[in-house]
Amino acid sequence: MNATMIRARGLTRHFTVKKETVEAVRDLDLDVRPGEMVALLGPNGAGKSTTLRMLTTLLRPTAGTAEVAGHDIVTDPRAVRRRIGYIGQGNGAGHNQRGRDELVSQGRAYGMSTAAARARAAELISSLDLDGVADRVVSSLSGGQRRRLDIAMGLIHAPDLLFLDEPSTGLDPQNRANLQDHIRRLRAEHGTTIVLTTHYLDEADQLAERVIVIDHGRLIADDTPARLKADHAGDRISLTFDREDEARRADAYAAGIAESARVERHGANLVLRAAGGTRLVPKLLRGLDDAGIAVAAVEVARPTLDDVFLNLTGRSLREDGAAPGEIAPTDKTGRPNARQEEYAA
Amino acid sequence: MSTTMVTNTITNPITGTVTDTATVFSRELRPVLRNPFSVIFTIVQPLFFLALFAPLLPDTVGGEPALQWFVPGIIVMSCLFGTSTTGANLLLEMQSGSHERMLVSPLSRPALIVGRALKETAPMFAQTAFIVAVTIPFGFHLHLAGAVVGLLLLAVFCVGLGAMSYALALASKSQDWMFWAIQQTLLFPLLLLAGMLLPIDGGPGWLRFLARLNPLSYIVDAERAMFSGSVVSSTVGAGVLAAAAVAALGLFVGTRMIRRA
Repeated sequence: MNATMIRARGLTRHFTVKKETVEAVRDLDLDVRPGEMVALLGPNGAGKSTTLRMLTTLLRPTAGTAEVAGHDIVTDPRAVRRRIGYIGQGNGAGHNQRGRDELVSQGRAYGMSTAAARARAAELISSLDLDGVADRVVSSLSGGQRRRLDIAMGLIHAPDLLFLDEPSTGLDPQNRANLQDHIRRLRAEHGTTIVLTTHYLDEADQLAERVIVIDHGRLIADDTPARLKADHAGDRISLTFDREDEARRADAYAAGIAESARVERHGANLVLRAAGGTRLVPKLLRGLDDAGIAVAAVEVARPTLDDVFLNLTGRSLREDGAAPGEIAPTDKTGRPNARQEEYAA
Repeated sequence: MSTTMVTNTITNPITGTVTDTATVFSRELRPVLRNPFSVIFTIVQPLFFLALFAPLLPDTVGGEPALQWFVPGIIVMSCLFGTSTTGANLLLEMQSGSHERMLVSPLSRPALIVGRALKETAPMFAQTAFIVAVTIPFGFHLHLAGAVVGLLLLAVFCVGLGAMSYALALASKSQDWMFWAIQQTLLFPLLLLAGMLLPIDGGPGWLRFLARLNPLSYIVDAERAMFSGSVVSSTVGAGVLAAAAVAALGLFVGTRMIRRA
């Protein structure tokens, strides 16, 4: 086995939308070693899926090169396709097909004999809890069942390298947890290299050992979730005082006690960002007590990947989720008074 | 889990494409086999044309009994309807993600197209058998060898037409209306200009000129010749050339569209 599973240099993709060139991915360098579990994290439109589509031969790069599983994505796409598995954003199984049939034809597509494909399909059906539904028409399956069927299809040929594009989008929390368990198990049991895209912060945090943050088509950070947080965010210590002038006085002291911390004051609140926040708090409280400043309340929060993203880009990743302004129930139906009429009647 | 399951690491490209075509073909056909009633309507449909159109024809057309002239035309027409909509099934699969899943697999690109197009020809064979069985009591005379060769020729043409329909679906992406607009706009002039339902011979010069430019005209003429038992003739030769040209062009355009991504 070669030492790198993925090696991309200067990978770039432009799209032309209404005569304007959009640089979806810009000059991306990426190395992934065998057995790694990597998450590409970024907001919608950051270029995660475009990157994945280039690495899986679905899209030709505008510039740059990439070797995936030992083969060049442009000059030898078929060899790449043989070695990788891909689970896209949509459902891979035809809606009028039966799950088991699709698994067998998927196996045949990867060059397995019909007997081998059948045996492997049976194995995956039981390991992904699809026993009761594998012989039903796909259109009658629930979202979670379809997603598990997608996973089974991506694994039919036991690929060394598996790509997942937004694997848990549209799943309820229980199915999401279930899916993440499957992905973890896959890696623990078979050492499969896994590259997934996500815009769920907790998913990247819990699942991946390495997070690659992408924004506006560029790689802006690449490390373990723990190190990203330590380097780019730090713990958040929030001190609340009874009066604003106490907070103002504390501001000056706090900077002296915790030298590495960044301190911000909002009214009677003081927010410090520093590594090792839990160890800093006792020292801070003692110091402020000695100076005669009474602290009313303390809160210590571990940093999230959102804090990392916020620090790197100045924007929050959560903004593209459910922004408060988006929740406008009356606009969706166009019948703002429907409910009132119901009550009136 | 071992990687030895993947047995096609070294494959002859030609046998590989044939196997891949069989894989795509059987995948496409499976829902039909699982639920044969879904195609009964398609198979019976040409009967309406026979029952409601054939009585309007004169007793003989171009020196042949009307039925002998009309039946091959109806067979080509149903094949045209079936294969020109190949891309419509693809549109659905493009939207759901199953087409993408096939594209990421090592399946050969021409196999993706040929397998799909051939699936549309499968009901055509059943349909032809049905039409022939129904028309024999009314005086249709079957030349079995000619009919079989005729259907094979039609299958070649259908692969080309199916490939073009596939390319059209890829080009119209998720805009279904564009696919249907273009498919319908092209289908009827092609059909009428091929003299499928009414003979072109009596028409004005410009119409006959346009008919000569229509590759489908040569296919229809060749089918009529073969269904009447004449397999070796210049008419059939012209039909073979037209079918081969359509197939080659369709596959060229179709594979290019897939690779262009």
